[in-house]
Amino acid sequence: MATLGIWIAAFLTICIYSFLYRDNPFYRFAEHLLVGMSVGYIIVLTIYFGFIPYAWTPIKNAVTGETSALGFLTLIPICMGLLFFARLSDRHAWLIRYPIAILMGISSGIMIPNALQTDIFAQIRGTLGPYSVIGTLSAFEIVGAILMVVGVVCTLTYFFFSVEHRGPIAGISKVGIAFLMIGFGSAFGNTVMGRVALLIQRVDFLINGWLGTIF
Amino acid sequence: MFEKLMNIDRRIIFILVALVVIIPMLFTFSIPLNVSEPTQKLYDYIEGLPAGATIMISFDYGPSSFPETEPMAAAVMKHCFDKGIQVIGITLEYIDAVPLADRVMQQVAEEKDAVYGEDYVLLGYRPGESFVILGMGAEIASVFDSDFSETPIGEIPMMQNITNYDQVSLLLNLAAGSSVEGWITYGHTKFNLKIAAGVTGVIVSQMYPYLQTGQLVGLLAGFRGAGEYEKLINAPGEGTKGINTASFVHLLIIGLVVIGNIAFFVQRRREE
Amino acid sequence: MKQQVPLVLCFLFGIVMILTEFSPHTASQATYKEIANWGRVISPFVFVLAVVTLIQTHWTRIQRRVEHWQYSLVVFFGMIVMVVAGLPYGPQHPAFKWLFNNVQVPMDATMFSLLAFFIASAAYRAFRARTFEATLLLLTAVIVMVGNIPVGDLLWPDAASNARQWILDNPNLSARRGIILGVSLGAISQSIRIILGIERSYLG
Repeated sequence: MATLGIWIAAFLTICIYSFLYRDNPFYRFAEHLLVGMSVGYIIVLTIYFGFIPYAWTPIKNAVTGETSALGFLTLIPICMGLLFFARLSDRHAWLIRYPIAILMGISSGIMIPNALQTDIFAQIRGTLGPYSVIGTLSAFEIVGAILMVVGVVCTLTYFFFSVEHRGPIAGISKVGIAFLMIGFGSAFGNTVMGRVALLIQRVDFLINGWLGTIF
Repeated sequence: MFEKLMNIDRRIIFILVALVVIIPMLFTFSIPLNVSEPTQKLYDYIEGLPAGATIMISFDYGPSSFPETEPMAAAVMKHCFDKGIQVIGITLEYIDAVPLADRVMQQVAEEKDAVYGEDYVLLGYRPGESFVILGMGAEIASVFDSDFSETPIGEIPMMQNITNYDQVSLLLNLAAGSSVEGWITYGHTKFNLKIAAGVTGVIVSQMYPYLQTGQLVGLLAGFRGAGEYEKLINAPGEGTKGINTASFVHLLIIGLVVIGNIAFFVQRRREE
Repeated sequence: MKQQVPLVLCFLFGIVMILTEFSPHTASQATYKEIANWGRVISPFVFVLAVVTLIQTHWTRIQRRVEHWQYSLVVFFGMIVMVVAGLPYGPQHPAFKWLFNNVQVPMDATMFSLLAFFIASAAYRAFRARTFEATLLLLTAVIVMVGNIPVGDLLWPDAASNARQWILDNPNLSARRGIILGVSLGAISQSIRIILGIERSYLG
């Protein structure tokens, strides 16, 4: 079975790489097979790791008396979740608004205070923090601290669309673009590393995992 | 000539890319690697933990990104098992990460003679990322009542003394998506859980603001980060091998950028 | 019923979560925990939407015999095979694991590895120093690429990785922080609009 698995994996890998020459039926077959298998996989895992522990087990435990009757409270979100199946009927499709609205409300309510702390206060503290210990910083670190404030302010100015970008604002915003370009450039440089890693793994499989078993 | 060079068939570039990956793979070589500060910070943090401490690894990557993050998982777990640190594995963002996590945990455990349930455990996947993080902050068992193979959590020896994040010394998020932000927002901000990240190259750059504020105690950056950690624990593996091979593809891409620009400027000057 | 009730539900759940966040009272924290738990229970049902939409899309393709409709049959074949292998005995069944490891993982990984080829081709064709901004982007990318690889340190000992680290720690950090602040302020204001019922696009 292991050898068969290697051969199937190698065949499908080559099917997908055939796209590099041009679009062809082998590539389209593998592409659609991947979509179908991924959905099948998600269905199985969502049932076993989602519906069973979240919905089935709490209700079962409440019925058998393993947990208190409060376990029946879980019936409320389960019923709400089941409303997603209303999508199957055109007449009742509007019912999915209920669970979506509840999820949006809960997510937004949880997010606001925590995101304020994480992404606003902590980031501002991080930007101004070095100035509270400026006496202990080296000249190089002081330059870094100044650069950080300049960069953050200029980048934010670029994203500030309520004011027309003319005069000094245009200049500040242009500096912001320069910082953004450096940011995107570093992201590109790192992305190359990520994509190459995948390629190396697949070529390693073809050379050592597949051809290695033949020769 | 330069016009021809600029309009070269892209399949020639594809062949070049394939060659610079295949050829280095046929040879064995090793190039020394400098360890960056974010990797060193993570190593130092784990090195400073006492034996018997527990770290949690959130495997948030899938088949489309595992070559970078899997070597990180292996290197960090080797370090943990050597020091007698327990490891809890979970999955939040990628539903298909469970078998990948299972595979790497088993491989390292076999190598280090670690015992499932005593030295490490894989709790598996639960949907609802932010809700799961919040739920585990109150009680891990309220979210994961069993491990990934449906063994009740109460029957797993190492989970007897672990209730919530208070008993977890570090959360290492091996991520290919946006889960690190989720862990920082809900795990660190709300429960003061220490977070470190090992991320794919694509999202490395956006981690640095969190590193500077201390919201991340350390960071492993892609293949390079994995290679650096392997160097620190003196166990070269897939990360070291990978970043060595990747060197040549990087050089090819830099070369292509340079040639493309030379051709572009020569042609522009001619047109002027 | 169709419009007002969802808006009221969204408002109530949102406000309760914000208020209970700031109250350490036991009842308040119990409410917070219970409602967060409700969110968790509802979340896997979202997959139903995704699966139903995909099935409907491919079913329509088959019914209308659009170009390449035969491949939609392959989608259903793959889906049925995985469900049949995994549903009766669970995701730990050897057949399900075998299919995942030997079919799904190689295809998924290969699909994304194609990007390495396209990124090289795009770098050659489109990465031009046409303007000052484009030059900055290009130079940064090259420095980070050289700094990422051990060969970089071999050619320029310490300089390559130090230059990369400095870029990531300084200008990159500033730009990213600016983006984080901007995006978060936008997300927070959008969340307030959702809770207050001003933003209703999610209702369809």
